[in-house]
Amino acid sequence: MTTYQIDKKNIYRYLEEIKDPEVPVLSIIDLGIVRDIKMNDDEIEVIITPTYTGCPAMDMITTTIKIELATLGFKKIKVTQALSPAWTTEWMSEEGKRKLKEYGIAPPNPKQQVCDQKLFAAAEAVQCPHCDSYHTHRISEFGSTACKALYQCDDCKEPFDYFKCH
Amino acid sequence: MNLQNLINYSLHLADNSLILGQRNAGWCGHGPVLEQDIAITNISLDLIGQARNFYQYAATLINQLTNKPINPATEDSLAYLRKEREFRNCLLVEQPNGDWAQTILRQFFFSQYQYLLFEQLQNGKDGQLAAIAEKSLKEVTYHLRWSGEWVIRLGDGTEESHKRMVKAIEELWRYTGEMFIPADYEKQTGIDFNKIKEEWNEKINIVFSEASLIPPSGGGGAFMQTGGKEGIHTEHLGYILTELQYMQRAYPGCVW
Repeated sequence: MTTYQIDKKNIYRYLEEIKDPEVPVLSIIDLGIVRDIKMNDDEIEVIITPTYTGCPAMDMITTTIKIELATLGFKKIKVTQALSPAWTTEWMSEEGKRKLKEYGIAPPNPKQQVCDQKLFAAAEAVQCPHCDSYHTHRISEFGSTACKALYQCDDCKEPFDYFKCH
Repeated sequence: MNLQNLINYSLHLADNSLILGQRNAGWCGHGPVLEQDIAITNISLDLIGQARNFYQYAATLINQLTNKPINPATEDSLAYLRKEREFRNCLLVEQPNGDWAQTILRQFFFSQYQYLLFEQLQNGKDGQLAAIAEKSLKEVTYHLRWSGEWVIRLGDGTEESHKRMVKAIEELWRYTGEMFIPADYEKQTGIDFNKIKEEWNEKINIVFSEASLIPPSGGGGAFMQTGGKEGIHTEHLGYILTELQYMQRAYPGCVW
């Protein structure tokens, strides 16, 4: 590592460029899945945590991180997955939540209202990302990807994805 | 716990999730409505994700045991190249999809069990198993709520849906008892199976009474089939593996 002067802060800036392949407006930093970076000369280890256990995007993210870091001159690149403590939507950055809404996906509510076992509990009040109305209803708890639920707005009638609490 | 028991235990947990994940995946494109087709396959994906974590851990342990093996175990070799008798999943998860009622009830019985098991496992002695349980528990909560709501919807629905739920209970009840009987490799895990059994029956009774369903006479004391945890399966597992393992058996080592 003689030609580059790279510190952790710079690495984070590079990782900012890596997007979630399924929600391409969110970087892996926005998602809060990068937990730590360990550097030693031309060796680097990035510790990430999966959002959902079966999320198929994780393998792709791992590969992209390796490719990005290789272009910076690192010889030994390791991406380690840490499961504990488990990822939570609370780790998503405010910037990330703003970007999600702009993209048309309702960001996760800050309070985890539905992560309990109660059956037929009233659906969470989720704001429509299109018209900002709270008059919305849940169509299905499971959506197009593991991390999303399906909602519809009762005012503007648009269906939308909600990044569900986790 | 000795290493061999820990390996067997990790494989048992992995096999449970893989086989139920494979079963649920069979609904892909066949769900009663689009949203529920998506729901059951999402659950399938979560289960296969759990299985991957458990298999990866088991593979690490196996390779540790067989110092520098020529063909190291991997998550793939464990899922695709083991024989029927080497699978240690519970009999419940390999039962056929049947109709929607049977699929729902199988999921509900298993999710309720998994929820109670992972609650204990996340505080268990083995760090990696605890981490996987902690991570999975959030998803299992969704599975449990979704399947519980469906049990009530069908049981307390029309005459036809009620009839189908009653039939599903008759089909599946005999496979539930096995989950609470610790196999040899589960005896040192520190998991309190009696507590799980008690709480499981309690929860099932609450949902059943709301669904106007009743457990078979004899309840938890009724005759129960066993053997899955030790590799003695119902005839269904062989057929599942035939489909699941076909590509690796026909084209060894093939990749996407």
